[in-house]
Amino acid sequence: MREAAVIGYTQSMQRRYAGAANESELIMPVVREVMQSVGVTQKDIDFTCSGSCDYLQGAAFAFVEGLNAVATAPPIRESHVEMDAAWALYEALLKIWSGEADLCLIYGFSKSSPGELRSVLTLQLDPYYHVPLWPDAVSLAALQARAMLDAGSLTERDMAEVVMRSRRAALLNPKAQLAAETSIEALLAEPRFVSPLRRHDCAPITDGASALLVASADTARRLCARPAWIRGIDHRMETGTLGARDLTRSPSTRYAAARAGVAGRPVDTAELHAPFSHQEIILRRELGLSDSVAVNPSGGALAGNVMMAAGLDRIGHVATRIMRGEADCGVAHATSGPCLQQNLVAVLEA
Amino acid sequence: MAETNPELLTKSFELGYTYTRSTGPVIGHFLTELREGRIVGTRTSDGRVLVPAAEYDPVSAEALTEFVSVAEEGVVTTWSWVAEPISHHLLQKPFAFALVRLDGADVPMLHMVDAGEEGAMRTGMRVRVRWAAERRGSITDIACFEPA
Repeated sequence: MREAAVIGYTQSMQRRYAGAANESELIMPVVREVMQSVGVTQKDIDFTCSGSCDYLQGAAFAFVEGLNAVATAPPIRESHVEMDAAWALYEALLKIWSGEADLCLIYGFSKSSPGELRSVLTLQLDPYYHVPLWPDAVSLAALQARAMLDAGSLTERDMAEVVMRSRRAALLNPKAQLAAETSIEALLAEPRFVSPLRRHDCAPITDGASALLVASADTARRLCARPAWIRGIDHRMETGTLGARDLTRSPSTRYAAARAGVAGRPVDTAELHAPFSHQEIILRRELGLSDSVAVNPSGGALAGNVMMAAGLDRIGHVATRIMRGEADCGVAHATSGPCLQQNLVAVLEA
Repeated sequence: MAETNPELLTKSFELGYTYTRSTGPVIGHFLTELREGRIVGTRTSDGRVLVPAAEYDPVSAEALTEFVSVAEEGVVTTWSWVAEPISHHLLQKPFAFALVRLDGADVPMLHMVDAGEEGAMRTGMRVRVRWAAERRGSITDIACFEPA
């Protein structure tokens, strides 16, 4: 299989409300910036792939609107996934592996602010057994947190510790939406939101976009001094029957990690897409990360969670640290669906 | 407007798609039984009973065809407390979303529990179905569960 590497990544400011800016206006600056960072233009891109969600935009074929942000004349080769853009990256890798492309542009975007995100996400569930009951994303995550608390596999202190670490790490991330120095005690003193979750256990609602460049080996070496090589990537999904899953575990993450080759690597950084605090603990266990691995130095999704980009952001942050020489081997994870239903795991190395 | 100006014709309009979807032999059977006030699941190859009836085995992906009747009562296996319902929620008062494992089933189903207050909820509590006043072949024919 041909080698491929991430050679550029840019994320917009993570904001609760992007004002009057439309999706194209969110995408255009990050696409321009990532291409300038390696000195290429749209005519150098062999394949463009985006991740977005029609339900968030409230219109069918919403990704077409996003294409206003890239130059599409003369015609380009382009595709789209109705998923987090981490899966758009996967599609681009298929193009590179099969020799169809050498340089690919990936972007993910959304404005979640105009709607009620908790309810919009309900629409991704089983249309006969789940959607008519309107179980919102926070309530479903709370079912998972309670199952873990009941099983004794974590405590509320453990959850608060994840939040405290995220807020602290985000102080060093200028793009973060939520950053603060806080304490476990102060967090546990906050009232419940959807019990057992507190508001800070839930990722914020964020508007924004991210862009990433991935290239085949020769192109990567030509354009980037220290590419972040993708050594393994895999994604797996669990049943849509919520009750049939063991919510305290994530077998799909474990399986994807085995296929991506996480075990035995000298992992020194990790970014895990955990929109809820307890999910970071599940993921860390399933990935088999040792306590010495710095998890989510960016602050993670709890510090800013652009739907359809937050998974790609995990890969982008790991890649950036490798490209800058701050890390040598990283694990990145992206998720989709209720209670970590679908998971993608990637291993990147210098 | 029509009253003040009888020349104007008015008509209500709802934007929607005119598709009809068949729920098929498994989900359709579950919903039809629900309309009759009965709850059924499907049996998997390893003998487990899935409720609501599932079309395919979550592990082996095998098509499931054997229906099994289960009880109207069961046990809460996990729950979340919605202190402040949002506009879409069907219960406009504090309630729980819960996974409820009905007697005779091996897998819990997602639904709501009307317990009044959070202090009345606990994992392992027994609950029973509260049927909707009018049943029409929908998962909402179960209005919610209530403490048994």
